[in-house]
Amino acid sequence: MHLKETIAARIYASLSSQLRVLSSIALTLLLTFIGLTSVTFTIGRIMPADPVLAVIGDRAPQAAYDRVYKEMGLDQPIYEQYYRYLGELSRGDLGTSIMTSQPVLEDIKRFFPATLELSTIATLIGILLGVPMGVLAAVNQGRLIDHFVRIFGLIGYSVPVFWLGMVGLLVFYGKLDWVAGPGRIDVYYDGIVETVTGFILIDAAIAGEWDIFHNAVSHLILPSLLLGSFALAYIARMTRSFMLDQLNQEYILTARVKGASETSVIWRHAFRNVLVQLITIIGLTYASLLEGSVLTETVFSWPGIGQYITTSLFNADMNAVLGGTVVVGICFVGINMLSDLLYKTVDPRARS
Amino acid sequence: MTLDNKPLDATGLKAWLLAVAPKSPAQARCQRAYLAWRSFRSNPIGMIGLCIVSGLIIVAVLAPILTRGTGLEPNLGNRLQPFSWDHWFGTDQLGRDIYDRIVWGSRITLYIVGLVSIIVVPIGLAIGTVAGYLGGWVDNFLMRITDIFLAFPRLILALALVAALGSGIENAVLAIALTTWSPYARIARAEVLSIRKAEFILAAQAQGASSARILLRHVVPMCLPSIIVRLTLDMAGIILTAAGLGFLGLGAQPPLPEWGAMISTGRQFLLDQWWVPTVPGIAIFVVSLGFCLLGDGLRDTLDPKASDR
Repeated sequence: MHLKETIAARIYASLSSQLRVLSSIALTLLLTFIGLTSVTFTIGRIMPADPVLAVIGDRAPQAAYDRVYKEMGLDQPIYEQYYRYLGELSRGDLGTSIMTSQPVLEDIKRFFPATLELSTIATLIGILLGVPMGVLAAVNQGRLIDHFVRIFGLIGYSVPVFWLGMVGLLVFYGKLDWVAGPGRIDVYYDGIVETVTGFILIDAAIAGEWDIFHNAVSHLILPSLLLGSFALAYIARMTRSFMLDQLNQEYILTARVKGASETSVIWRHAFRNVLVQLITIIGLTYASLLEGSVLTETVFSWPGIGQYITTSLFNADMNAVLGGTVVVGICFVGINMLSDLLYKTVDPRARS
Repeated sequence: MTLDNKPLDATGLKAWLLAVAPKSPAQARCQRAYLAWRSFRSNPIGMIGLCIVSGLIIVAVLAPILTRGTGLEPNLGNRLQPFSWDHWFGTDQLGRDIYDRIVWGSRITLYIVGLVSIIVVPIGLAIGTVAGYLGGWVDNFLMRITDIFLAFPRLILALALVAALGSGIENAVLAIALTTWSPYARIARAEVLSIRKAEFILAAQAQGASSARILLRHVVPMCLPSIIVRLTLDMAGIILTAAGLGFLGLGAQPPLPEWGAMISTGRQFLLDQWWVPTVPGIAIFVVSLGFCLLGDGLRDTLDPKASDR
């Protein structure tokens, strides 16, 4: 009887702790969302351009101006306007773009897959190369590979990505002609493949158009390698530091004393404990690549969300800029929170 | 022989700095700084960083002496010249000497970096120390706000902000600062939590010192080392963001010789006159690297626990 009660109490305690973690994360998510939207809302309010004039033009009579002013709710108190803004957001109404005269959400749906494709592949490159590099550096601390990872990391922190992209284009496209130039695909291939997922690679593979697939790969390879090497630098550095922490623990010594092979010690004992921390790092990297691709997209004329935001910006298309900012912001916050959640559910130490 | 006389070979200043028993608080402080410097000096990476950063500062200060013009006046007869004795880094599309522009641009870079630090450090320190020292709901409230800002996408938000406020260095600085201060609040809070119950704080409280006095005189100085390390390491990121905004045409406006904007305007000459956009890129890289290395070295000296990471 006594035993059963303790077990029940333990299960209850563990459940309630899980619940506490979940609710705290949900609260943070909610607050962050409110914070993000109030910042974009404020930015929309402080801009020097008159939003009413943007809609009706500056030749409209005063009566029309007043009517639109009321319709847009600008006569309401500021919290009413914010509430209204949240309502529009939750319905997916981001306003209409002046530049494309389409709903901003439609535009974003068209541009976002390009960004997603680029940053996903870049993150994959970062993981596949960065994790083994970091592990190797930690195992061979102080040797050549370790210094290499350190120097690579420092360069990754100091090189302007837009400049490196430019130089890369010059060398590999301009001089050597190894890869295709700016853009996502050659112009004469544009619009042939039916858009299913928005990812050109997948769409071309579905349609069986392997020429287009190769062309898209050739366009993708330089920007994704570029972004990927920044991800790589960060992931390798963090992996190295996490691994060093683990390798200096006593359980590793125990495993070695027991006669476990070096491979087993590194990968089965130490690396397993690093895995959870790595999830957070990878989540962070992915999120930062999503937003950080703005500059890369500009250099490579990549038709993604970053380019959409910057071109809209120069056309004073504020709805598009703020809509894009909100969408990227939500993705950024979402991925961060998700990796946080994953970390806290997998690793019991992080819960307390 | 007493211990005081031990460093026989050292005389004057050095003896004063290495004296076993300092005679005044000022001497003790100088001694500590001297010892930190000695340990920093033995760190080659940090020293390289220090050389680059002090080089940047010297170049910025001496810009009028080091250059022959302001780097702003076009000279169309002299367009797109390659490297030469007259024009060390060649000339750009308006015939302006690129070397002059790089030298004057260092002032803009320092201005941006300095302005961001002046905004970010006091805000982070104030929020972090108050939250950590007072605890309770104040702590909860302030840290929630910090977390919100920590989760913001930096570049995109800076873009939107600059779009609303208009392009220009000051607005770019404001946008960068708004998305940079939050880690400092976290660091300051963590430091405060670790010393809040320390005996010297209790002693100050027992003497009747006000919270403000304790925070300013006793808590803030303890936070400074980790804040400085973090700031130096962040400098590269700040420089790169500012250059990125300049590259997009949202930071410093031409004809100002901001390095990012120089890359942007020189972009179309990459194929035939590669030096026009390449030289400013190298300048950005060297300066960012300098701050990274200096930050690494400072961390090893001031915060040995966190080194090796």
